[in-house]
Amino acid sequence: MRVTDKDVAYVADLANLELSEEERSAMLRDLNSILGHVDRLSELKTEDVAPMAQVSGTFTVDPALSESERYGYPIRDDVKEGLRKSLPHDAAVKNAPDTDGTFFQVPKVIER
Amino acid sequence: MMTSLHSIDSLRNAIREERTTAIAVASEYYQRIQNYDGEVGAFLTLCEERAMKQAGLIDQMAAEGQPLPPLAGVPIAIKDVMVTAGVRTTAGSRILDNFIPPYDCSAVTRLEAAGAVILGKLNCDEFAMGSSNENSAYRPVHNPRDKTRVPGGSSGGSAAAVAAGMAIATLGSDTGGSIRQPASFCGVVGLKPTYGRVSRYGLIAFASSLDHIGPFANTVEEVALLLRTIAGRDPMDSTSADVAVPDYVAELVKPVKGLRVGVAKEYFAEGLSPEVRTAVEAAIQELAKLGCEIIPVSLPHTEYAISTYYIIATGEASSNLARYDGARYGFRAKSSTLSEMYRKTRDAGFGAEVKRRIMLGTYALSAGYYDAYYLKAQKVRTLIARDFKEAFRWVDVIASPTCPTTAFRLGEKSNDPMAMYLADIYTVTANLAGVPGISVPCGESSEKLPIGLQLFARHFDEATLLRVAHAYQQAKSRLQHG
Repeated sequence: MRVTDKDVAYVADLANLELSEEERSAMLRDLNSILGHVDRLSELKTEDVAPMAQVSGTFTVDPALSESERYGYPIRDDVKEGLRKSLPHDAAVKNAPDTDGTFFQVPKVIER
Repeated sequence: MMTSLHSIDSLRNAIREERTTAIAVASEYYQRIQNYDGEVGAFLTLCEERAMKQAGLIDQMAAEGQPLPPLAGVPIAIKDVMVTAGVRTTAGSRILDNFIPPYDCSAVTRLEAAGAVILGKLNCDEFAMGSSNENSAYRPVHNPRDKTRVPGGSSGGSAAAVAAGMAIATLGSDTGGSIRQPASFCGVVGLKPTYGRVSRYGLIAFASSLDHIGPFANTVEEVALLLRTIAGRDPMDSTSADVAVPDYVAELVKPVKGLRVGVAKEYFAEGLSPEVRTAVEAAIQELAKLGCEIIPVSLPHTEYAISTYYIIATGEASSNLARYDGARYGFRAKSSTLSEMYRKTRDAGFGAEVKRRIMLGTYALSAGYYDAYYLKAQKVRTLIARDFKEAFRWVDVIASPTCPTTAFRLGEKSNDPMAMYLADIYTVTANLAGVPGISVPCGESSEKLPIGLQLFARHFDEATLLRVAHAYQQAKSRLQHG
């Protein structure tokens, strides 16, 4: 067993999940089953292989240009200008579970 | 008035010549949804008001003799992971049960600008996580071809709606095969474009480096028309590529003679159903008859793709889904402190598969395991991408089965996550490498279940991909109808 009860509790805590007793034991079984399959990746030698985080850096690159301009995926124009259009205030709070019309309201933050 | 106009071209011409109206067509489709969707379960939300308003505008244009846009009056439905202004968008999850987005997904905006009538939002696996549509928090979708079977997933509603004639075309999303696999299971055409070809702005994020939006329809030609409409640079998505969009429809008629079609033995391995193998091999023979040269290629890291995919996809998902905390929108569980609110909201709002993936992703990214799992998977992703790069030095497209089997029964795999994940074994590679892939119907099993032929092409070469798929579909239809 790679993943233990303690790991499940720790990871659930990191992920802001509580999980019932039943869910925790199912999670223990499933994570071990999946990671058992994933362990086959260790068969591959990858010391000299660069990690790939995304596809966009691997094509449409123009080496004549510099920095982010080199990519076929430029920075969003509104971000480049530093002016991101915001949602109108009322639209932004419209879906809020609890609001006073100006702010999102949540239960008390400080616990004792 | 029943029109029985079920292709984009015939419908648009009929509206232009005022033999029918966009409003009559939309009404007919809503009637079909009412008649058939009770048994299928493809739709989660209908937006009749929005549809009829758009249809009215199209009818007005036709009455005034104005030139009609390419998708004028075409009834289209959208997977419920793409946001629609003023129309409830759930991502198939309880946590977004009451969410009314304030803006439109770019792909939806582009379809409507081209005249499409958006009928409603389609059922899917929760947050697009699943291969059977059984992970929808609302109801499972039934395969219109055999209602005891799954339609595939996660875009099960998108495939089923087209297969049942409840929309002419639909949009889905594909993170590991979620367009191509249900297209194969339901007997329709489904395309996952190149990463960056279609803007993801307004697509509810699952795994950002693997997520793609793409179309479903009955014909390759219609899929080409939809892609032409939604493709291209969008200033609102920095990963949408600034690469020219060809006229995919015009490109379809170019000859396929002399094109090189690769066949990789890794896609005909253990676990492939003999009936699927036979149908796909016959389809490849058909491509040879059309003058394509069939060349053996190798994609040697294919067997590692599922493992690589489930580490990367869940890692990205655990991060993307952190935003669902009950504070600003969506469901909130009753609680007395903030941390309790987060936990109770997420516990009650997410289903079992979503929690499993958040847990796996969080584990793989956590201190002590990052190098062994996440970094390792990113390196293997490089090897998988290199496999394609090497193969595409020798061939123009690669042909394979879309799935190792035909549609399985509802409930058959729902208790075994690993068995469910393996349904994506032939599709996840294209997401990891970012290359485009399409599934085209290529026959039926002895149980009359559809089988899909999958084709891959080079990055941004959807034109060749669609051309080969179209030539195959035309040849097959000539064979069937004499």
